[in-house]
This record gives sequence, C-alpha cells and structure tokens, in this order.
Amino acid sequence: MTIENHPQNLQADWTYDPAPQSIEHVDIHDSYELFINGKFTSSKDGSYRDSINPATEKTLAKVAEAGVEDVDLAVEAARQAYEGPWSQMTAAERGKFLFRIARMIQERSRELAIVESLDGGKPIRESRDVDIPLAAAHFFYYAGWADKLDYAFPGRQAQSIGVAAQIIPWNFPLLMAAWKLAPALATGNTLVLKPAETTPLTAMILADIIREADLPPGVVNIVTGDGDLGKQLVRHPGIDKIAFTGSTAVGKEIMRALAGKDKRFTLELGGKAANIVFADAAIDQAIEGIVNSIFFNQGHVCCAGSRLFVEESVAQEVTQKLRERMETLIVGDPLDKNTDIGAINSIDQLKRIQSYVEIGQQEGGELYQSSCILPDTGYWHAPTLFSNVSQSHRIVQEEIFGPVLAIQTFRTVDEVIDKANNTPYGLSGGVWTDKGAKIFKVTRNIRAGVIWANTFNKFDPSSPFGGYKESGMGREGGVEGLLPYLNLTTNTR
Amino acid sequence: MTLSETRVDQIGVQERVARLQSRSIKNDSKKEALTLALSMIDLTTLEGRDSPNKVRQLCYKATHLHESFPGLPHVAAICVYAPMIRTAKQALQGSDVKVAAVATAFPSGMTSLETKLDEVKQAAQDGADEIDMVISRGRFLSGDFDYVAEEINKVKEACGTAHLKVILETGELVTLDNVRTASDIAMTAGADFIKTSTGKIQPAATPEVTLVMMQAIRDFYRKHGRKVGLKPAGGISKSKQAIQYLVMLRETLGQDWLNPDLFRFGASSLANDILMQVVKQNTGIYQSTSYFSLD
Repeated sequence: MTIENHPQNLQADWTYDPAPQSIEHVDIHDSYELFINGKFTSSKDGSYRDSINPATEKTLAKVAEAGVEDVDLAVEAARQAYEGPWSQMTAAERGKFLFRIARMIQERSRELAIVESLDGGKPIRESRDVDIPLAAAHFFYYAGWADKLDYAFPGRQAQSIGVAAQIIPWNFPLLMAAWKLAPALATGNTLVLKPAETTPLTAMILADIIREADLPPGVVNIVTGDGDLGKQLVRHPGIDKIAFTGSTAVGKEIMRALAGKDKRFTLELGGKAANIVFADAAIDQAIEGIVNSIFFNQGHVCCAGSRLFVEESVAQEVTQKLRERMETLIVGDPLDKNTDIGAINSIDQLKRIQSYVEIGQQEGGELYQSSCILPDTGYWHAPTLFSNVSQSHRIVQEEIFGPVLAIQTFRTVDEVIDKANNTPYGLSGGVWTDKGAKIFKVTRNIRAGVIWANTFNKFDPSSPFGGYKESGMGREGGVEGLLPYLNLTTNTR
Repeated sequence: MTLSETRVDQIGVQERVARLQSRSIKNDSKKEALTLALSMIDLTTLEGRDSPNKVRQLCYKATHLHESFPGLPHVAAICVYAPMIRTAKQALQGSDVKVAAVATAFPSGMTSLETKLDEVKQAAQDGADEIDMVISRGRFLSGDFDYVAEEINKVKEACGTAHLKVILETGELVTLDNVRTASDIAMTAGADFIKTSTGKIQPAATPEVTLVMMQAIRDFYRKHGRKVGLKPAGGISKSKQAIQYLVMLRETLGQDWLNPDLFRFGASSLANDILMQVVKQNTGIYQSTSYFSLD
C-alpha cells in the first residue's frame, strides 16, 4: 500500500460569500397613490415624494403626498363607513375580515419582508423572521377578540368609539401598522392611517391586501405624508381618537393640541432603557442579550436597552467580551441573509446619531467602534460603545435611536435601581442574573412598561406594551390593547 | 477544586445556536468550509468486531478520500481502540494522518485508576499520537471534582508526548452548567483537547453543548494563554451540520481555531456526505452514494 502526502493548502481566512435574498418576484410600482374609500386615488394637488432605499440612496418609488382636502376626504370616508356597513356588521363578520388580512400577510410575507428591508434598511433576517410574522400574529390575535368583547370586560358593555387617526413611525413600518389597525378594527372602529414619510411602501402593499380582502370601502384609509400631515390629522374635527407612536417631543405637542378637546388618545413615545447585568448572570448569554438590546434594527427601537449597567466586579470582562462580539457583527447590505446590522433609516437620522457620538466624545466618553468596513454609498453607522460615562452625560440621558450603547458600572442592587429610574422615560428594561429573588426585587422597583429577565426585545401580541412617565400612555397588545378603542359602559340589566 | 463560577443559561445558548445556524454559506465559502471540514475529521471505527483488515481499509480511505477527485486533503486522524494502534501506525506510515486511540476503559470508564494508567501507557508505547480518555461521570455527578481532576492529571502524565483528548460524555452530564464545569476541570487538569462524547451514549454532540465548550475554551485561553482544542463527536453525519459547527467555531473562537490542530470532528459517515457535496459544488450534480467508498 502506498500513501501520498497531500498538501493541506487551506485558506487561512475563511469568510462568508454574499448570500443575497432574491428580489425577482417583487414588483415595486413607479408610484403609489393614496388609499381613500377603498380606491387608490392621487392627491388633489398631484404632489409626490420619493421613497429612498437608504442602503443605496436610490429612489424606490414616488408616493402621493396628501394635503388638507385629501385628509378631509379620508376622514369623511371613514365616518361614512363607520356609520354605514362597519358598525352594522356582526362582530363575528368583522373578525373574519381580520383573519383574512392575517392570512394574506402570511401569503405575501416574502414580498413584504423584501420591501420592508429595501425601504427601511433593516436586515432581511429581521424583516423575514420578526417584523412580518409578528404583524400577521397581531391580526390573528385581535381577530379572535372581535366577537368576544363581552368576555374581555365582564359585566360591561363594550362600544366602539368612531374614527381613529393613527400615526406610525419608520422603525417597524408594517408591524406598527398592524399594532394600530388590528385592535381598532376588531373593536368596530374605522380609521385613517398615516405611515412615516421615509417608509410608506409596506403600508401601500397592506392597502392592496385590504382592498383584495374586500373590506368595506372607507373602513381603512391610508394617507401618506410627513409631520405636517400628522398635525392636520391630530387637529381634524372629524377624528374621535388619536393613536401615535413616535418621539416624545411630538407626543407632547399632540397633548397640547388636544388639551380641552373631547378626543381620546394613546401615545407610545421614546425610551432610554436600563439593561442591568449582575455579576451572577450567565455572562456569555448576557452578552448576546446586550447585542440584541441595542443593535437590533440598528438601534432604531423605542424599547432599546441603550443604558447598560454592569456590576463592577464583572465590568471589565463584560466590556471585553462585548467588544469582541461586536467585531463579529456583519454590517452591510440589508438584503444579505447574513447581515446583522443594516442601513440607518434616513440621512437625517444618521446625522442625528453622528452628532450624539460627537457629543459623547466631547463630554469625555471613551469611544469604541467595531472595525467593520462601511459601504461607500448609503447611510451606515458602525456599532458603537461608550464607556467612562455617567448619568450626567447627554448620551446617557437622551434617546439616540441608533446603534450606540453607553456602559456604566454599579455596586449594589439599590444603587442600580435608583439609576435605572433616574430618567424621564420608562418604556422598558432588562435584568440579567441567575438569582430569581433578585429578578423580582429589581423588576418590582423599576418604573417601566416592560422589563425582560435574562432576555430582551421579546414581543408577543398577547402581551401589553407601553410606557410610564414620558414614554407614553395607554397600552398596545393584549386585552389592554382593546381599551383605547372602546367606551365601556355598565350593563344595567 | 471548587464548582465552576461560570453560569450558563440554556435558553440563551439555544437562541445563540439558532442564530448562528441561520447563517447562509454559499459558493466559494461553502467549498472552503467543506475542504476544511474534511481535513478536520477523525475517521472513526470503535466496534467490538473491529479487525486489523477493517482498520487497514479505513487507513487507506483516510489518505485517499476520493481518488477521482484530486486535490482533496486527507483527514486529520483515524480513531481506533488501543489493540489496533500498531496496525494503524503501520498502514499510515509516511502520511501526516495521526492515530488516535481511545483508552481508560472506554466508553464507561468503569475501572480502577491503576488499570486506566496501564492502558494509557501501553497505548502511548504502541505509538498512539493522540489518546482519547473518558472522565469518571459517576464521580463528577456525585460532586467529587477533585477525583476527576486528579485522574485527568495522572492520565496526562501517562500520555508522555501523546496528545490528550478528554471526553466529557455530555449526554450523561445532562445540564449545560455541568458541561461548563467539566470543561473547566479538564482544561485546568491538562487536557490538550476536550471532546463531547464517546458516540455510545445519546445524545452525543449537540450544537448547544459544543458552543458552551467553545466559550469555556475561549475563557481559558484568555486567562491562561493556552489554546485547547475541541472535538465534537457522534451525531454529526451531514455536511450542513459540519458547516454550522464551523460557523459557530469561527464566530466564537475565531480563525486561530479553524484548523485540524485545534478542531476535529469525531465521525464515521460525515466524510462521504462532504465528498458528495464537494463533487456537487464543483460539477453541479449530486452523484449516487454508490460512487463513494464505504470503508
């Protein structure tokens, strides 16, 4: 028997080749119109705004820009649909429409995921595995409630409110539309939805789904435009309820505008969540939790864990491991299946993040960024870490809404609870420890709408979501998510 | 030795594994991974009915993976029972393929330390390049970590120049916390490699267990500056699984570990599945299994 010596000749550096999602079967139109009274109609003044792909800076489509007259038409259509077919329909029939929309979202999930990533810059892995399945899940969940409202609130009569104006943000475009639409429709209201001006495209596909689902005309109207359009909607006399998700600054403006008026409203606003790692936590898994809490969706998440608190005795270990983990994050083409961090949603948001990173350095924070190479065109920001900062630093106090994390250390449980609460926000939080008792102590004492223990950014339609303090009022999701869309009266029988 | 202070969260590990498994490996990166995986295989036969001829056939396969497809690497080692060491050494003369032998009353480890040490010394004398020992799981589970550590330490001494792989038999340790503790004990006691399983107990290697062991190796390296190798064994029979392990390796331990000196697959049927994929990647056609030798 003879044995040859084969050379091993292996490439020293094994890297991943591009694995782009095919976009062949996705048909993005040149232009999209307003969806009013069941029909796609151009705006009265015929104006359009371009929707940009933030990864390439190229125009994807032009989208109609609604004006005052268009808003009047949309509100009027919603009013007629409310007084007409929608409130006459049995609750079970209403539920069927929601089930139908949920199934159609599932059927078109690939298309929706691709368009979401093209229009907003988020990695296809997230739009495919998180945004779109959760959007469908919300419709399924609230479809089930439509004919069971009497059981949701025993002894009380649940009545719809009327016409809702719903204004949604650009970070989870379709998912936020689902959070707003599903409970409003299940409870028998009609609505006018305004997507964000940088990410209107999946809402336009949703309009197409709603039309195909044969929902009575006017029940759902979608108008596209910027903040001025939102202002008109909020101030429109024909609106009974406003649901807004966005910045705290705009939330305050809405409250001022509505003062003294008989209009219901819910606000889901900003956050600056504390993510707390104790020395007795499973550190390697906590590192994953930290990555997920701040780098998920490029950090464009209102409940992001942007303030990291690490117990002093493990601070060095956590910081080192986090830095190494950040090096393995793949930043780039949102349509590549291996991408972990995609494009920043818009040039304005990129500038805002960059200015905060500058402020952080001026204030003496110690900057660390992963050495990833950012593409030449498009809007990108490297995963960023600030240490040597305190509660007095602006980057610790203000919402950045980008992949920028600030690390502080602490020594005792009471100290970290105080610091976690030392913010005008109160949307979310996280705690990492192996000790069950510590989880209860911390979660009971932090004033935030949701606190995750040994995990982060987990969402489910059955779980209510919303803020304390300046993070907003009202809840979305769960039974509680029905309340903002109902008048409850005592059943006198 | 005291209990490991490092805690492991099972759900967190499962989520990390799922995330890593969603990596999409295409084109050249897939070809490279397949070749790399081939070169990392410990081609294994561990049966009571093994005979010298069977071992000689295996040795020929180790160096001639697929003659009709030139340029392929040879596997890293062949893994046999101790009585087959001399046969294997002879058959592999002149090649770089190592001979690994299982010892210490493999697979149960149920014999006295003296007997185990004699067995290891004999294996080293017979020329084994690598010795795969099993830890005393009963002692470990009853909390006698000192015994487990001392045993590994003595076996390491008995190995002489042979490399020591320490099999944790994670299927019997059950929890990931135990896997982490056993990994730390083995590395501290002198293991050159830590290995998941004997292949005789189910479950054998799982991605979760392997990830926890990788994290232990990384932490040990950071603390002591010594690079310990890793060998998942048993249950890895498909190319796709092998590539997923390599992804996990690359993103946990990094490029330094992406070579047969520090990472091995303990497997018997993996080689043929990889060969089938290599041929497919290069010709675009899946061949029938009849074209791949069964040695």
